[in-house]
Amino acid sequence: MSDLEAFRQETRAWLEENCPESMRSKGATDISGSGDDICWGGRNFKFQSEDQRLWLERMGGRGWTVPTWPAEYGGGGLSKDQAKVLAQELRRINARVPLVSFGIWMLGPALLKFGTEEQKKEHLPKIARGEIRWCQGYSEPNAGSDLASLATKAEDRGDHYIVNGQKVWTSYADKADWIFCLIRTNPNDKHNGISFVLFDMETPGVSTKPIKLISGSSPFCETFFDDVKVPKANLVGEENKGWTIAKYLLTHERTGISDMSGPRPLHAIAKEAIGLNETTNRLADDALRHQVAAHEIDAMSFLMTMERASDEAKAGGDMGAFSSMLKYYGTELNKARNELTLKVKGSDALEWEGQYSNGGETARSWLRSKGNSIEGGTSEIQLNIVAKRILDLPA
Amino acid sequence: MALVLNEEQQLLKESAEGFFAEKAPISQLRSLRDSGDETGFSRELWQEMGEMGFAGLLVDEDNGGTGFGLVGAGIVAEAMGRSLSASPFLASSIVAASVIQAAGSDAQKSELLPAIAAGETIMTLAIDEGARHKPEGTALKATETEGGYSLNGLKTFVSEGHVADKIIVAARTSGEPGEQAGISLFVVDSGSAGLIVDRTSMADSRNWAKLTFENVQVGADSMLGAEGKAFAALDGALDRSRIVVAAELLGVAQEAFDRTVEYLRERKQFGVPIGSFQGLQHRAAHLFGELAVARSAVLKAMVSADAGKDIALLASVAKAKASKTAELATNEAVQMHGGIGMTDEFDIGFFIKRARVLQQLFGDFNFHADRFATLNGY
Repeated sequence: MSDLEAFRQETRAWLEENCPESMRSKGATDISGSGDDICWGGRNFKFQSEDQRLWLERMGGRGWTVPTWPAEYGGGGLSKDQAKVLAQELRRINARVPLVSFGIWMLGPALLKFGTEEQKKEHLPKIARGEIRWCQGYSEPNAGSDLASLATKAEDRGDHYIVNGQKVWTSYADKADWIFCLIRTNPNDKHNGISFVLFDMETPGVSTKPIKLISGSSPFCETFFDDVKVPKANLVGEENKGWTIAKYLLTHERTGISDMSGPRPLHAIAKEAIGLNETTNRLADDALRHQVAAHEIDAMSFLMTMERASDEAKAGGDMGAFSSMLKYYGTELNKARNELTLKVKGSDALEWEGQYSNGGETARSWLRSKGNSIEGGTSEIQLNIVAKRILDLPA
Repeated sequence: MALVLNEEQQLLKESAEGFFAEKAPISQLRSLRDSGDETGFSRELWQEMGEMGFAGLLVDEDNGGTGFGLVGAGIVAEAMGRSLSASPFLASSIVAASVIQAAGSDAQKSELLPAIAAGETIMTLAIDEGARHKPEGTALKATETEGGYSLNGLKTFVSEGHVADKIIVAARTSGEPGEQAGISLFVVDSGSAGLIVDRTSMADSRNWAKLTFENVQVGADSMLGAEGKAFAALDGALDRSRIVVAAELLGVAQEAFDRTVEYLRERKQFGVPIGSFQGLQHRAAHLFGELAVARSAVLKAMVSADAGKDIALLASVAKAKASKTAELATNEAVQMHGGIGMTDEFDIGFFIKRARVLQQLFGDFNFHADRFATLNGY
């Protein structure tokens, strides 16, 4: 038996023993919405069940919430091949994701690359175990697509900074424990005047206010800083070099957002809503049948592109600005999928409240999807990046 | 089954691109067209392609081929698409070879395949009978006679049908047009009595043919596969061919795109390169995305075919996505080149013409979207 096969057997046995029965069914896995079944962890997280808490504790204990992170920082220390086996075994039993967090997707990879030994030892294990929930302080009212024009001011006070300013579109800031944040440490240099810092959301002077969206939900906040004291030990990388880290991290965010394709095939929804013609066995609406097929051909081709990008990365290729293309294409596809879902479900899709529509789930997801091509850099910004960095078109 | 080329495939890609850029650039197609050449490709080139092993990529080694598989065939097809090289590669080495591999007996394979692999015999498939691809619509009639069959009917859009030495003909031995059952395959010599070959020069400056069968007599031993039961093998071979056509389309689209981006960098208006205008940048960047996604669909289909997987759905995804992308890429190429893109003197027009012909070949976007839906149970 190969080492990998042995690992598979051992993993399967461990999961059999440790994954609670109620965690082996599909929950509401829509990370873009507010699915109650998702475990975000953190100091204030209210577990939906004892099983959910247990599942996180057991997976976090082995570092399997972040399988490929080094074991010394609370990760699983697995090779890419082992991590693939683990993912396959989790899928096999239909296991829920034990922990979803910005710490895992975004801050973790950035700390692994840019953090000091102390920072890694302090923060990574808590992310892995789901003890601390992070939010991202990037956008400001006057720094959206032009993020590098951000103005949240940091005054140098020797061993610490005093931070004043406002962030906006901070995902789940009202529920987060800590924030990773871009601040301006030099007002005279746009890109080389930005620093990347970490601080506790309970620090005096930090306040948040949720923003209600067109979908009716409030995943984003405005976040205010009023004389917030941030120790310099919490600076990641060098002072004024935060933009490099921000860009690295946005690449991770982009790949994450572009992967939000819905789990259920669109044609399955269409079959349920429209039905098949009894004699031809085709979807009973020819125009929609064609539109659904055209969309699914694009969606399948896009999934193959994600697969190809990952295979190329494994073979040592540098993804670089290609992630901008993936972000653009993936989010536009998701919006198209939501529009098509509305057409497929007809007027039923527009119900806003009530039990038949599970509280207007379709309409709310549709509206939420509009943000996909805005957050993490708009589609237009991604196209700018592709044009300049890949196609080498002149400025 | 990683979606990246291995070292051997990468070498083939470089050698194929170099070969076609040098031996069969667009200027060759242009001069063949301008001289009204009735063959439509260079026989010398085709002989060299045989020597290079390109003609036998899909033929197994026992029958004189290299057995390089669909990834290899797609790599060469893409290189041909980039330089718009004319040859019977697609008709003979891909389509005919795939049908024989799928439906032929061992004896038929060892009789026909070595000559295809060497580039000595040109073969092709006659399948379409109307302006739209519909294999199960086959109506050309094969009536049993003493010791063989008599063929009557029409075939159209037969690639290199004007020069093929042997033609594989899909014919109906039973049942009605529209039914998959009842279709048989015959190998017919091009010089057979009663076979009328009309060369049809198409928009892509390549030659196709309309074939009329009037009591063409063939022996029973010319049948590939079992009588009335050839559809599955035929459709499997068509799927392999569709994937290779998609690869050539990808080459056509990619080259048209690369030339267009180069033009955007160089062409100046209002005192600046037009590529600095965001209106053009965004369209180019979008097209870059479509090309990358189409490339994945084509590569996935090729890799899966070589791994022995079921490719029906993947072939339709690849052909549909490559067709749609090539349409966009060539339209944008002409538009972004402006007035010069409308001139015959400039090469970009050759790309849009070849693209449209390949888009139609073995099913266009709509055909494959319909097939995709059917295969998915809706």
